[in-house]
Amino acid sequence: MSKIQEAIQKRILVLDGAMGTMLQRYNFSEEDYRGERFKDFPHPLKGNNDLLTLTQPEAIKDVHRQYFAAGADIVETNTFSGTTIGMADYHMEDLVYELNFESAKLAREAADEFTAQNPDRPRFVAGSIGPTNRTASLSPDVNDPGFRAITFNELRIAYKEQVEALIDGGCDILLVETIFDTLNAKAALFAIEEVKDERNLDIPVMVSGTITDASGRTLSGQTVEAFLISISHIPLLSVGFNCALGADQLRPYLKRLAHNTNLNISAHPNAGLPNAFGQYDQTPEEMQALIKDYLDENLVNIIGGCCGTTPEHIKLIAEVAANYKPRKILETI
Amino acid sequence: MPEQQKYLRLSGLEPLIVTPETNFINVGERTNVTGSRKFLRLIKDEQYDEALDIARGQVEGGAQIIDINMDEGMLDGVAAMTKFLNLIAAEPDIARVPVMIDSSKWEIIEAGLQVVQGKGVVNSISLKEGEDVFIDHAKKIKRYGAAVIVMAFDEVGQADNYQRRIEICKRSYDILVDKVGFPAEDIIFDPNIFPVATGMEEHRLNALDFFRATKWIRENLPYANISGGVSNVSFSFRGNDKVREAMHSAFLYHAIQNGMTMGIVNPEMLEVYDEIPKDLLEAVEDVLLDRRDDATERLLDLAETFKGESKTVEKAAQEWRSAPLQERLTHALVKGIDEFIEVDVEEARQQSERPIHVIENNLMAGMNVVGDLFGSGKMFLPQVVKSARVMKKAVAYLLPFIEAEKDGTSQSAGKILMATVKGDVHDIGKNIVSVVLGCNNYEIIDLGVMVPPEKIIEAAQKENVDIIGLSGLITPSLDEMVYLAKEMDRLGIKIPMMIGGATTSRAHTAVKIAPEYKETVVHVNDASRAVTVAGSLLGKDKIEYSSALKSEYDKLRDGYLNRGREKDFLTIAQARENKLKLEFSPVKPNFIGTRKIEIPIGELVPYIDWTPFFRTWELHGKYPAILTDEIVGKEAADLFADAKNMLDTIISENKLTASGIYGIYPANTVDDDDIQVSDENGNELVKFLTLRQQSQKTKGAPNLALSDFIAPKSSGKQDYFGAFCVTTGFGVDEWAAEFEKDHDDYNSIMVKALADRFAEAFAEYLHEKIRKEIWGYASDETLSNEELIAEEYKGIRPAPGYPACPDHLEKPTIWKLLNVEKEIGVTLTESMAMWPASSVSGYYFAHPESKYFGLGKIKEDQVEDYAKRRGISVLEATKWLNPNIAD
Repeated sequence: MSKIQEAIQKRILVLDGAMGTMLQRYNFSEEDYRGERFKDFPHPLKGNNDLLTLTQPEAIKDVHRQYFAAGADIVETNTFSGTTIGMADYHMEDLVYELNFESAKLAREAADEFTAQNPDRPRFVAGSIGPTNRTASLSPDVNDPGFRAITFNELRIAYKEQVEALIDGGCDILLVETIFDTLNAKAALFAIEEVKDERNLDIPVMVSGTITDASGRTLSGQTVEAFLISISHIPLLSVGFNCALGADQLRPYLKRLAHNTNLNISAHPNAGLPNAFGQYDQTPEEMQALIKDYLDENLVNIIGGCCGTTPEHIKLIAEVAANYKPRKILETI
Repeated sequence: MPEQQKYLRLSGLEPLIVTPETNFINVGERTNVTGSRKFLRLIKDEQYDEALDIARGQVEGGAQIIDINMDEGMLDGVAAMTKFLNLIAAEPDIARVPVMIDSSKWEIIEAGLQVVQGKGVVNSISLKEGEDVFIDHAKKIKRYGAAVIVMAFDEVGQADNYQRRIEICKRSYDILVDKVGFPAEDIIFDPNIFPVATGMEEHRLNALDFFRATKWIRENLPYANISGGVSNVSFSFRGNDKVREAMHSAFLYHAIQNGMTMGIVNPEMLEVYDEIPKDLLEAVEDVLLDRRDDATERLLDLAETFKGESKTVEKAAQEWRSAPLQERLTHALVKGIDEFIEVDVEEARQQSERPIHVIENNLMAGMNVVGDLFGSGKMFLPQVVKSARVMKKAVAYLLPFIEAEKDGTSQSAGKILMATVKGDVHDIGKNIVSVVLGCNNYEIIDLGVMVPPEKIIEAAQKENVDIIGLSGLITPSLDEMVYLAKEMDRLGIKIPMMIGGATTSRAHTAVKIAPEYKETVVHVNDASRAVTVAGSLLGKDKIEYSSALKSEYDKLRDGYLNRGREKDFLTIAQARENKLKLEFSPVKPNFIGTRKIEIPIGELVPYIDWTPFFRTWELHGKYPAILTDEIVGKEAADLFADAKNMLDTIISENKLTASGIYGIYPANTVDDDDIQVSDENGNELVKFLTLRQQSQKTKGAPNLALSDFIAPKSSGKQDYFGAFCVTTGFGVDEWAAEFEKDHDDYNSIMVKALADRFAEAFAEYLHEKIRKEIWGYASDETLSNEELIAEEYKGIRPAPGYPACPDHLEKPTIWKLLNVEKEIGVTLTESMAMWPASSVSGYYFAHPESKYFGLGKIKEDQVEDYAKRRGISVLEATKWLNPNIAD
């Protein structure tokens, strides 16, 4: 049994909070994004957060350290957009392997530092695999519903490259997250299975979907139950939801998920809903109270934060989670 | 950790979990090019909208999975499968169910697997090409995330006896579970359904072996499921539906008993097991279960007696009268027979404690059957309207008894107000929706046509209705609906609104009406949807429904508004620069001036275009092919027979009259887009104002206006122009009211639908006379009725309010020119709808290059220019042209 499998049976594992929110605090300029290496790159690079792994590695590592210090068991690599599809916006498709490899390495180093301090509590690295900016089962053109901007095979190939680099860089877990369109996730899972098969290795996989609004469905239209069925064909460490909603809006869907599966359940909601300026202003205390409701209902095995959450949020979440036992699997479903 | 229950779990947008409690899973089989000629034709012709309608129809009809097959030599199967599944993904009412990707070619299966987000079923794989291929495909299917149908087929061939069936299934199962790690619950065996009663000795056990193999699999291969294509079993009785239907039902009955989980079944070809005549059932089961050596001969003999169907129908007709009372009532309601309804209702009344109980118990029980059959696609609209007629008659008979008792009425599912909005006289669609809702136990308050908004609001509040249903056919009605929504919102009314009618659309409802009203507004595209929508609006999940609808409309609106912005427009000056420049050599008309015409109505019959008539009744398909259509053919033929009967009455009793007026005058285009009409001395009579397309065209294509088809004054050539108005509508309302008094909505709707057809036929008839004789510019034309309907003649007769000239204010000009109201009595409402409704008016253009087109969207500059030409305010011009003004 892997260490993470062992750990997840003993306690509720805490996932980190937002990377983007933390990076905003640095106020990096175009020059900072470019660093020395890309100072003559012919296209603008500001906003390419994944690139900071190469140009501002200390900042990235520092964010990881802050989350571990706040009590996170798992941090996510800085690779949310790290596919050839996401990097095409910046003309950096060629860097995909390096970005993912180095991101995984940074997180690995931070995790190992903390594990060394307290070997009884090993810390883990989850390779973040985002949804990309294209959807495989939705048309971007309302006049042409049969059109697709990306195919399954294109996604599969892009994801495969990311997955290989994340594994090579030392990830403990792969986290397919912020799933708007289940077909994209299925392409990622397909790629993961291919890599596992080719390399004859096993690596735990977490899947985290996104319920976009009060309709209770994914952007591609699936209900919670349909989403669950659609991603259950490969062995998973956990299934859950993240992003788009705050902890309170997410709760009913998390309950429906928990009611229908005996997989571990993860949740990393946003710090509430964005205010009129697009900022998240739910305080760590407010979020802690909402997460306590999850814990009282015995809903989760892995808990963390998404957009707008900070080490302060994670600290309070970790504190309250330490008082509870992980969700028990239902007898029959 | 306890194992999760090993059930077959599938998903579309919604889950489908097959548990021991699940009844038989019905797989829709119409979206299969090998099984449906119609579907094949639609896919070949790339008529994907209609192909999607077939898929939707199946889901609405109760299919829990839809089988999709594109295996046809002439098709690019990979492309067709990809395209169709992508299109389905955009239709939430279809995509909610899982798909079955059906192909004998692996590349088509894989293409399908790559475009479905849910967990579907692959149909099928087998050991036919050996273990290696089998394992490879199964691994990939598992990785894509789908269940799989495994055919009982191996390297040697198809399993055709019990032993081979179980051997191959066992071997397949072991490979899948042990070598591939395929979840056992995701394996579905198809142990081969083969024909029976073929006369061949070796086919005797075909059904029985299937049953036995099914049972063995369920007992020995844990968690595996069973499927099959049922219609195969009755292959030798093609052409004898009665027997086939019985065989399918009996086969399914026994197969399910033995553990069959799902199957591909045509619900049209299924008799209710309990309703199979005893002798037929016995003969069928003798064959299926191989109970006698002479079973096949006996079934063949018996089948002969079911061939002449009329005989049996007649026999059955007498037989149902001897059934118990409730069965007779239900039968009368389902079959729409009103002959005995009063006798039966009286009998029920005497047996009931109170007369109201007859409605609440006996009649509603029957109507529930009707509702279920309609809801599951087993009854069609004309039948339901007939059922409603019987129901109304029964209730009318009971009313005096109920009132004598002086007590409340029965509990309805909800109160729905129905109205055609102010200025609009069209009510066929509204009446159909009312009838269908009435059948489903909704209380209908029908305010009729031309209902002003105050009256709708007042009635809605006074009657405390649950839903307001608005209908309209002409474009100004769209704005009436928007106005009403604003008013209701201002008054803080909280009643959901249903919108329907020919010019309404989901897009208009989402973009224009819904934002004006805080409560739910929903567009209902046809009568059969109305019941579901009303049920959702009032049901226990109404809040979820409303919010889902709201976000759907929000999304639609955003998409629509974004799209609108992207379109490029010319200024009106630029558009005029790019007008169509024709050569003119006008033909001088044989007749100039105005003349009335009255003809015997019967002469119009050959000119009737029947296709729209069937569409009115929500039977879709082209006449005459629709009469033999595999799905709606019977209903269409019955409806057509009823229509023909009424047609005879109309002609023999002179129930309707055809009167019209037309005029042909000298005319020229002036001031860019106006058509100046003069008398023979050159004095202006009226000016028609045409509107010009303003959207950016592809290079070389002109921005059209109708005035382009008339020679400009500056050319010095004298051109000509005509106008007309015809009606067959007088007497329609009175006649329809007589039927309604008799609770006969079916015939009331029929009268109106036929009168509409006659009016169109009259317009067609007159146009032909104009072309060949009166104007005479096409005196040598010889066209068949089909060619007329296909508009293969020269010259056009566009009508104000339609795409080429959406401006309804042109109608008063026609009225003035021809003195329509005084001459033939047709009047215009405030929204410029013609009364009587069964009337047609329009213009005649003779230029051989003239053609129908759509104006599309226009910009403010043309609206301002038009207001100036019309002599009205820009505000008023905006009101009339609103549906055509670009956002």
